[in-house]
Amino acid sequence: MSAHDDHHHGPAKGLSRWLFTTNHKDIGTLYLWFSFAMFLLGGTFAMVIRAELFQPGLQFVDPNFFNQMTTMHGLVMVFGAVMPAFVGLANWMIPMMIGAPDMALPRMNNWSFWILPFAFAMLSSTLLMDSGAPNFGWTFYAPLSTTYAPSSVTFFIFAVHIMGASSIMGSINIIATILNMRAPGMTLMKMPLFVWTWLITAYLLIAVMPVLAGVVTMMLFDIHFGTSFFNAAGGGDPVLFQHLFWFFGHPEVYIMILPAFGVISAIIPTFARKRLFGYDSMVYATASIAFLSFIVWAHHMFTVGMPLAGELFFMYATMLIAVPTGVKVFNWVSTMFRGSMTFETPMLFAIAFVVLFTMGGFTGLMLAITPADFQYHDTYFVVAHFHYVLVPGAVFSIMAAAYYWLPKWTGYMYDERLGKLHFWMSFIGVNILFFPQHFLGLAGMPRRIPDYALQFADFNWISSVGGFLFGASQLILLVVVIKCIKGGKKATAEVWEGARGLEWTVPSPAPYHTFTTPPDPKHIHAQ
Amino acid sequence: MNDHNRQENISTGNKRLAAKLALAVVGMFAFGFALVPLYDVICDITGLNGKTAGRYESSEAELVVNQTRSIQVQFMAQNAAGMQWEFRPNEPLVTVSPGEIRVISYKARNPTDKVMVGQAIPSIAPNAAAQHLNKLECFCFQEQVLQPGEEVDMAIRFFVDEAISERINKLTLSYSLYDITASSKAGKEIASNR
Amino acid sequence: MLPKAKLWLGLVMSVATFWSVNLQAAWELNMPQGVTEISRETYDLHMQILWWCVAIGVVVFGVMLYSIILHRKDRGAVSATFHESTKVEIVWTLIPFIILILMAIPATRVLTQAYDASESDLDIQVVGYQWRWEYRYLRDDPQEEEVSFFSVMSTPREEIANQLPKSENYLLDVDNPLVIPVNKKVRFLVTANDVIHSWWVPDFAVKKDAIPGFINETWVIVEEPGIYRGQCTELCGIDHGFMPIVVHVLEQEEYDAWYAGRQEEARQLRELANSEFGSIEEALSQGEQVYQQNCVACHQPEGTGMPPAFPALSGSPVATGNQRANIDLLINGVPGTAMAAYGRQLNPIDLAAVLTYIRNSFGNATGDLIQPAQVNAILQEGQ
Repeated sequence: MSAHDDHHHGPAKGLSRWLFTTNHKDIGTLYLWFSFAMFLLGGTFAMVIRAELFQPGLQFVDPNFFNQMTTMHGLVMVFGAVMPAFVGLANWMIPMMIGAPDMALPRMNNWSFWILPFAFAMLSSTLLMDSGAPNFGWTFYAPLSTTYAPSSVTFFIFAVHIMGASSIMGSINIIATILNMRAPGMTLMKMPLFVWTWLITAYLLIAVMPVLAGVVTMMLFDIHFGTSFFNAAGGGDPVLFQHLFWFFGHPEVYIMILPAFGVISAIIPTFARKRLFGYDSMVYATASIAFLSFIVWAHHMFTVGMPLAGELFFMYATMLIAVPTGVKVFNWVSTMFRGSMTFETPMLFAIAFVVLFTMGGFTGLMLAITPADFQYHDTYFVVAHFHYVLVPGAVFSIMAAAYYWLPKWTGYMYDERLGKLHFWMSFIGVNILFFPQHFLGLAGMPRRIPDYALQFADFNWISSVGGFLFGASQLILLVVVIKCIKGGKKATAEVWEGARGLEWTVPSPAPYHTFTTPPDPKHIHAQ
Repeated sequence: MNDHNRQENISTGNKRLAAKLALAVVGMFAFGFALVPLYDVICDITGLNGKTAGRYESSEAELVVNQTRSIQVQFMAQNAAGMQWEFRPNEPLVTVSPGEIRVISYKARNPTDKVMVGQAIPSIAPNAAAQHLNKLECFCFQEQVLQPGEEVDMAIRFFVDEAISERINKLTLSYSLYDITASSKAGKEIASNR
Repeated sequence: MLPKAKLWLGLVMSVATFWSVNLQAAWELNMPQGVTEISRETYDLHMQILWWCVAIGVVVFGVMLYSIILHRKDRGAVSATFHESTKVEIVWTLIPFIILILMAIPATRVLTQAYDASESDLDIQVVGYQWRWEYRYLRDDPQEEEVSFFSVMSTPREEIANQLPKSENYLLDVDNPLVIPVNKKVRFLVTANDVIHSWWVPDFAVKKDAIPGFINETWVIVEEPGIYRGQCTELCGIDHGFMPIVVHVLEQEEYDAWYAGRQEEARQLRELANSEFGSIEEALSQGEQVYQQNCVACHQPEGTGMPPAFPALSGSPVATGNQRANIDLLINGVPGTAMAAYGRQLNPIDLAAVLTYIRNSFGNATGDLIQPAQVNAILQEGQ
């Protein structure tokens, strides 16, 4: 079969289609299903946590297993659910948005996906080991994760290495695609914001994933080869671990949220039937957030005893992030202002994102105030803060994106009634789940504890009820997606009345190969 | 045909860009490791983590004692996990003037029936004082080998320099004592001689 | 009909019991104002930034809600065409910036104050262990009797396992609380023995990480006598949730009396170290208490442990074998594992009691009675 023919046949049949595929749409689909599976797995861990915390006392699990659950929940959700979901969306949409026939490096694309299931199989297998799974939290602070770690830590380290390799390959591919594969006429400042935010995210990934790989490598050496990177006895410093981890970890936070900004910036204009307000400032704001993300890491460590000057610097830098983030929120609201809005499921999720993410942003600003952070740090206030940013933030944006582009992917409209049901149950569930956690934290409940004092009992059971509601409602999403793949109302090419962008110029479902010849430049509009 | 050329160009462009980005990845991996010594340097300069610097190397003859100021130096001790020695300062608190050289000592006793090797790790609070406490001699510079039941006094010769902030009138020097019998050279020799 | 009614009744009943169980729990919503100047100022900062956020939220969400209500297609709204405005964008970049400066000024002032630990009246060394705190009152004079003790959670394990009703200060009670005088500047030098812990008392607005090999300082001046409770706030392993902090703040005279009493106790303990238990029952009952507070987390109430990390004591070769080896192991711990060196953490009487207990419980039937003097002799060996 000649290379030329390769471009025109449809997908191969059976399992080998998925194993050997180099097609960006297939790989995008694989990422999205994988991410959904991990979302359910990580969600199951969260249900165990919420069940144990439903009442004071130990009911279901012992404290060691509880710690394994919090650790695995964090790792699976961050590296297995949120990040692969965004990579899946990038794979599906970026080539179609910029008029490219495929990703720049299709074979590497296949690799970067297929090593992921191995990483998570390895990580999950630790649950069955004698030593138990990693139990030192997803932030794995040394020396709890080195000298005092269960022996499964080595599997954890290799799993993190593989996840890192996958992300790095994915990012290289995305950067190469965006910089080299744009159709003629698709200038940088005409790119949809989802493409812009992903371009910046990919650079962040390339900058910080290797640092994470370095940190876990140092751990590996400390554990097995007698070095003392993080061991005070040999001249090392446990606080160094935290500096290195958060040098990765803070940009990582933005890696999980910048593509979400891109998704929301696509959806709100569509359903407001009005161009995005302040496209240029959106791009600059994204870039400044990315830049600032490198100089604020130590705000995670205000209580480790840094000198006053250091605390002040990181406080001011962190507060600064509120400015570009504020610009984004104002822009979205201005886009809605004097639009002509309808409220299909993607728009509902997008509006909920703007409100609830902003609330997460507010608590973030509160956490930046160092003296107040001394009270908030490592309590449920922080848990509430980052879950507001990540669940009704990042996860809602992924769901919004799924509803928004499902008709393009499957060729059928999803069931709008079920979609709305899913939204409202998620929206109510997530707030019952996380809002009371603010109160718990302020009243003094530390995070990562399997049991708590009696004054925390009420809000904990309320939070657990919200958790079960939120968890159960995600099964609706599964039903919606399967129904939509099987059939339904035929989707038009444009799908949504107010949609702009190249992906809406191709038929629904999007053909296996799109833009093998570049699109007509007259279809390329400013966003 | 033109189309074909364009695709070729893109393909080489992709590979070249990917190679550059891969290089950046390798660079960032190396940078992660470079942060380790960099962190030590920053700590040395700023006293960031309260670690004291190594041996004071300049001439002590040039030291000028400032009698108008006095600073309390407090000594603290604790054992790290698994360390069984008795370990405590003989003088928990001394008052010095900047530039004045003082000698104090810690007592250590190995109550076990084994030869053990200990390493003391210093730390100073407030950490802004760390770079101003200069040690001419300190037991923390070497590993300490104690025979079963052996008791020793271990000395520190130090002075506080003039540059220490006016606001600091008391500083605490703390030693954490670690059992490094298993990992140290001396400890391995003991094990092999047995 | 009847089964359904029964089901409902059952549900209502269980919810009702649930509420009544939780009635004692206060619906605490906000950060405590606390009992120090810093804690009150921290609370003020917290409220100030909260109100700024509320104000911004009301404006932003207000505009959004207005648009959602009025600018919808089904009301016939036609979308406008504007999509940028440099003027507006500059304004909404500057306004947040100004608010941030207004917040940064008081925050800087409070932080600077919180960092000034100089001129303290009393210095206390705080050491985090898996999973207990040690407090050492630092002396100026080495001849003076030292006051130092471990502070371990005293909530019985049966309460945690739901076998006993939960007491008022469930999980927040310790055997030996930290005691400090009121209105005195107390400086804490915080460090750790094994992994990172964090010492937090919300009413003091003090939270400082305890890092092995490094010391951190922090301080309080408590203005009201009372009992204040906190918890460890850095994940430190299995019993991270079970290492509370309790601080008794006393008037100066009461504090002085307490301190003198503690010194006297330390003196007596040294003499008692060579005492003997009258009977094995006496040793067993004391040993059980020591076991419940110190050993049960890992080795479990029935001595079954959680192998492989935490070996069983029931039928263990150490607990049923040579006495000396067992005493050595308890005193010195097992390096590289969670088994701490208890020789430094418990007194000879408690050590002897708990040894007697484990050698005569969980099916172990050595019949041994270990005496404090025997343990003390090993502790003092070589001197």
